[in-house]
Amino acid sequence: MTTSPLDPATAVYRHVIAAGDPWSHEIRRGQTLRIVDLEGNQAADTLFYDARDPANRYSASDTIQRQAALYLSTGTTLYSQLGDALLTIVADTCGRHDTLGGACSRESNTMRYAFDKESMHACRDSFICGVHAWRPDLGKRDIAPNINFFMNVPVTPDGRLTFADGVSAPGCYVELRADRDVVCVISNCPQLNNPCNAYNPTPVEVLVWNS
Amino acid sequence: MDDPLIDVNPNNPVYTRDLTRAGMWSGVISRGKTLRLTDLAGGANVGVLLYHADVPTERYNLPDTLKGQHIFYLRHPYCLHSDMGRVLASITADTVGWHDTVCGCSDARLVAARYGENNYQAARNDWHRNARDCFLIELAKWSLGPRDLMPNLNLFSKVVADDAGRLTFVPSHSRPGGHVDLRFELNTLVVLNTCQHPLDPDSQFHPRPVRLEVFRTAPPGADDACRRSRPENERAFRNTEDYVTLRD
Repeated sequence: MTTSPLDPATAVYRHVIAAGDPWSHEIRRGQTLRIVDLEGNQAADTLFYDARDPANRYSASDTIQRQAALYLSTGTTLYSQLGDALLTIVADTCGRHDTLGGACSRESNTMRYAFDKESMHACRDSFICGVHAWRPDLGKRDIAPNINFFMNVPVTPDGRLTFADGVSAPGCYVELRADRDVVCVISNCPQLNNPCNAYNPTPVEVLVWNS
Repeated sequence: MDDPLIDVNPNNPVYTRDLTRAGMWSGVISRGKTLRLTDLAGGANVGVLLYHADVPTERYNLPDTLKGQHIFYLRHPYCLHSDMGRVLASITADTVGWHDTVCGCSDARLVAARYGENNYQAARNDWHRNARDCFLIELAKWSLGPRDLMPNLNLFSKVVADDAGRLTFVPSHSRPGGHVDLRFELNTLVVLNTCQHPLDPDSQFHPRPVRLEVFRTAPPGADDACRRSRPENERAFRNTEDYVTLRD
């Protein structure tokens, strides 16, 4: 748990992402991005890309491998699949974030829950809209396993994966400093079938500060 | 007299290949065939990526595989899910019992730091290769590239997590002769290499030999152990069979 000295009044950018909406924005090297869980227990499904090379994107497995640990918190560097540091978590009042659980999709909802869930809004559709808003030449091929900020997916020593109630609370935030120019794509998760957001998707706020 | 070129014994493989050194391989294996990988000397690691051969933007998906089955590792009777709610392959046999899929692959930086520099000029074909370059070399032969890299399987390797999420590699997990069978439920592009696991602390560079064998196998019935292992897998098989019905 680490707090930040940054004052929201000095942010150069502020935006509230409604539940179920996509958002994409460039974060320049040295800038700081804060994501705030406004009402608590929301899942902010997040992707990062090298702003100059979309193939050099956030990699869950490279990030896990380099810290030899599963959960993300203050001090974690987020690595790309080509081995570059993209951002570093510099403050975190939640304490633990997931990068194994991925994002919901209409197709995976049929597998996980029931065939009649197919019509429900899902993160991977938002990701497609989010990457298109940045670059229309990108698509599903460019969407890799993401980070779930504020989401709790504990792994047990005997190898079970569980979806637990969130460890986040209203006003919890995570802050990341960009190690290079990156584009952030967020799907503010609309999932209604599991406790990742306490069955009640709510807005998150993003803020950016210059260095 | 039988034609010696036609193998009439269904128990014999239709294809066999041994990989040595930091070996790499790629190929399309169709629905209805099974790939057996055998750790010939013990201590092997096989990094594997899977793509639907019809539409390669559909590929092995780590999160859907884990959360669909509430697992952190792979073994029989679990299935390897694509990102489209379908099953690419089922683990139909497994003498090893635990295969990692969260730790990714080695790269040139890691290999140089752990094993030292050893280029082709110095070592000829015993030079130090790394798993990411092996993946990219084989992917390129199918017109795929860095955009298609995804978290991979590390067959034969065991990594455990403690309550805080810290990871520990378990040495000597796979024994000589250990094998795992992947039955393909869709036509699948398989891209693999035998580079060591990225968290294997062994300071010696020595990828272990691995045998690949492909068999023709019966399609999964209603009572198939992998299909029946979880309700999520039953629905994923239904999605898979819907795709095949519409396409064929």
